Amino acid sequence: MTALAATALSATRFERNTATRENPLIKWSIVGISLAFFILFVLMPLFAVFGEALRRGFGPYFAAIIAPDALAALKLTLTTAVIAVPLNLVFGVAAAWLIAKFDFRGKQLLVTLIDLPFSVSPVIVGLMFVLLFGANGWFGHWLAAHNVKIIFALPGMLLATIFVTFPFIARELIPLMQAQGREEEEAAVVLGANGWQVFWHVTLPNIKWGVVYGVILANARAMGEFGAVSVVSGKLRGQTTTLPLQVEILYNEYNFAAAFAVASLLALLALVTLAVKTWIEHRADAAYDTSELGMEAPAALEATAPRTAPISTK
Amino acid sequence: MSLPLSATAPRSSARRVLPGFRLTLGYTLVYLSLIVLIPTAAVFLRTMELSFGQFIDVISAPRLVASYRLSFGASLLAAAINAVFGLLLAWSLVRYSFPGKKLVDALVDLPFALPTAVAGISLATLYAKNGWLGRIFEGALGIKIAYTPLGVLVALVFIGLPFVVRTLQPILEDLDSELEEAAASLGANRWQTFRHVVLPVLTPALLTGFALAFARAVGEYGSVIFIAGNIPRVSEITPLMIITRLEQFDYTGATALAVVMLVFSFVMLLAINALQSWTARRTGRTL
Repeated sequence: MTALAATALSATRFERNTATRENPLIKWSIVGISLAFFILFVLMPLFAVFGEALRRGFGPYFAAIIAPDALAALKLTLTTAVIAVPLNLVFGVAAAWLIAKFDFRGKQLLVTLIDLPFSVSPVIVGLMFVLLFGANGWFGHWLAAHNVKIIFALPGMLLATIFVTFPFIARELIPLMQAQGREEEEAAVVLGANGWQVFWHVTLPNIKWGVVYGVILANARAMGEFGAVSVVSGKLRGQTTTLPLQVEILYNEYNFAAAFAVASLLALLALVTLAVKTWIEHRADAAYDTSELGMEAPAALEATAPRTAPISTK
Repeated sequence: MSLPLSATAPRSSARRVLPGFRLTLGYTLVYLSLIVLIPTAAVFLRTMELSFGQFIDVISAPRLVASYRLSFGASLLAAAINAVFGLLLAWSLVRYSFPGKKLVDALVDLPFALPTAVAGISLATLYAKNGWLGRIFEGALGIKIAYTPLGVLVALVFIGLPFVVRTLQPILEDLDSELEEAAASLGANRWQTFRHVVLPVLTPALLTGFALAFARAVGEYGSVIFIAGNIPRVSEITPLMIITRLEQFDYTGATALAVVMLVFSFVMLLAINALQSWTARRTGRTL
């Protein structure tokens, strides 16, 4: 038994089974090719960001990060995310409640429409809002007459960001709440709880990790969005540039060290996002494994948090 | 009112038990319409200003046709490359133990998480003539990658990898080893087992991953424009052409192009939905 447990740590269940095991030469060729591809296409671009950022040492690196334009861009990036993510969180919870707890006609269509923003090119997202609110857009004249600026200003950038991050949280919560069913909430209602009490005390504890998961993914996209925001921003330095736009401006001015210094902040954000995501998935796996050992495995536990869900495919 | 939880209650009884149907339905529809549906409709309505003939003229300008060829061609090729190497990577992650596996597994999602502009300048710098990889490819092998269509391909491979790996991984994990045991006991070698037993189960998921990577690649902008060089008729992608039209205040041109891309996206969305339900039927698992 102990020997078996020891091998379990080093070999996968497929490697312990003669029927699903490849000879070492084949195994290491496959692993080698995979890792070479992974290093070339994933690790090298990541290392290059930090390598280029620190090429001239830490002094110029920090100088580039605390430059006034970079700080203004950081502030705008945080502002956009702080507004866009909570709005999509409220929507995500409402949509998931609607889809998971009720039956109605056109539900499948609604789910497809919620996914729609994933399949629209970011550039087209920007174009949409220019067509609505730009100088020649539908509401352009009215906005100009009332001195309201949406395009080339914060509201336009917010709209573009909300559009591209629209499905993230809903997409995590819908399958999660569907898997958990309706019985617990129905019991709470029968026992006399009102809607908010049911949500706070019954639903939310069950979905909190899904909420965290969706929020960090939406946040990463909100802070990193480039194409859509670039179309509606007008790129006024220090005013309508977010961090990704600041990266582009610096790069196009051949100020590579500063561009990569700012880019390294965004790369760090990506790494932190992946770390939190991986941690939540391991939590879910651990919860699932314990349930397998013990009593009957509740379906809801398996769905406590999503496993290896791509950020923008579903 | 009948007892809502009784077995004979109609399906809509849940609507009566749990509160919030009208609130969440109303909120979802209003928010969806304001943020997604009305802006999307604006693109189609704006194109209505053109007659069909004019529309065709606008979207078939030679420079645009060259951009379609590059965008769709490079995206297809990138998705195919990702299907092959993504399968190998997913296979390695599920089937084998090797040092650093957990780190690799976590970092597969990097192309999703890394802002596209960051990926763009990083790839452009890596593959430029004096970059870490450019020195090898351009200096030693004589293959110019940055500022050519090959550069576009490299960026699209980067952006598409997680789609294939993350679509295949759960399917591979759920794969029952009994099938392979049966094949082995009937005398099949590993390659025959893979070719005739494993691959048919994986095919729908592999195609789904391919389609997802392809659809994403066609619309991709940030990671491509820095490495592409954007030479007219050579390395201009279609999303860039929309930007160019907008910068010239040619709203109709930009919108017509956007309609072409949106229609493509919707077709891909339908295809992906169909592929996903095929995967679910083939493996008994919902994606």
